[in-house]
Amino acid sequence: MSLLRTLSRLPRSLNYFRPIAGVQTVRRYAEEALAPSQMSFTFATPSEVYYNEADVKQVDVPSTTGDFGILAQHVPVLSVLRPGCVVVYDNDGNTEKYFVSSGTITVNDDSSVQLLAEEATPIDQIDRQAAETGLSKAQQDLQSSTTDLAKAEAQISLELHEALLKALEK
Amino acid sequence: MKMVSASKYNRAERELKPAKAYGLGASAFYNRAEITQDETKPNHLLVAMSSDRGLCGGIHSSICKAIKADVAEKPADVDVKIACIGDKSRLILQRVFSDKMLFHVSNIGKKPSTFGDAANIANAIVESGFEFDVGKLYYNRFKSVVSFQTTTVPVFTVDAISNSDKISIYDDVDSEVLQNYCEFSLVNLVYFTLKEGACSELSARMTAMEAASKNAGEMIDKLTLKYNRTRQAVITRELIEIISGAAAL
Repeated sequence: MSLLRTLSRLPRSLNYFRPIAGVQTVRRYAEEALAPSQMSFTFATPSEVYYNEADVKQVDVPSTTGDFGILAQHVPVLSVLRPGCVVVYDNDGNTEKYFVSSGTITVNDDSSVQLLAEEATPIDQIDRQAAETGLSKAQQDLQSSTTDLAKAEAQISLELHEALLKALEK
Repeated sequence: MKMVSASKYNRAERELKPAKAYGLGASAFYNRAEITQDETKPNHLLVAMSSDRGLCGGIHSSICKAIKADVAEKPADVDVKIACIGDKSRLILQRVFSDKMLFHVSNIGKKPSTFGDAANIANAIVESGFEFDVGKLYYNRFKSVVSFQTTTVPVFTVDAISNSDKISIYDDVDSEVLQNYCEFSLVNLVYFTLKEGACSELSARMTAMEAASKNAGEMIDKLTLKYNRTRQAVITRELIEIISGAAAL
């Protein structure tokens, strides 16, 4: 009781020390701009940006060391992509599939993910006919090539077209 | 003149938007992992990202000025080599640094640059045989239609990345992955700087062409007035001669 009376006698200037009704003061450390449960996903090619720092649930990527899925708080990773299908699951449960030819994937320690592809296209825009002709041409090139460089290029083309057709199967 | 450069500028600005996001994504790793360049290492490579075409104000000269200033600051035991993308920078830098020129690239600027062009340039840098420890790309960052800023972007080598502190938190990174990553990053950076440089150049050219058109217009007006005055003076003189001749009779 006496405390209340002393408080009421405090000069007006000390009012700002009184806690604001209804608000809990919480002590915080200076924190990252990103809450750890969110992923900042950037998926871009030189000519188009599909996602720019978007918040998505999961991304499946095909890399040279194997396919893996990335959720928030994934361990930081640097990897190189191989031709294949990238599946993006957003927070509403919708999925988007893209085909990428090559590129890099970076997962940083603040859950930011950068998927930089050299060429990417949504799966439904792939022309099956063109992919099949490309595959047979690549097979021919591989057999008829003489230099190492030509062989390597034909091999790359072959892998790409096989992956294209496989992505269309799914 | 202004109409042509305005339409080219609009296209360049449209293509810059995705390229900017792409370039920022490419440099995000280096920022997050806090990779730094050790400037005391001996081999430095400076790349001037300019183009072949002039009539764009101070675009090429500001890049060359920045390079000249940086080269003057370097310590004596550092081996500096310069690569010129675009003929204009080559013409300016060859006069001063003819012994430091590594290679040059032409046919830049006539058509919009593609990712393939950037890949070829990055290939030339890697295959030039110069093992650089510190690399920098000098380009004009596009700020707005009337202003640009000459800045540098660092090119990190595989050594710089593997020697940094934070690289150990990245899982499953072996030297081949790092090498591929580095090379792809280089292409991304070259592409980004080419696109930014093109946009800055086109906006500067638009401004320069507008100023040239305005000056030419003013000159035409002034000369028209002068012409009319001279014509009237000649007619007046003839009339006076005729009249005084007639009056003398």
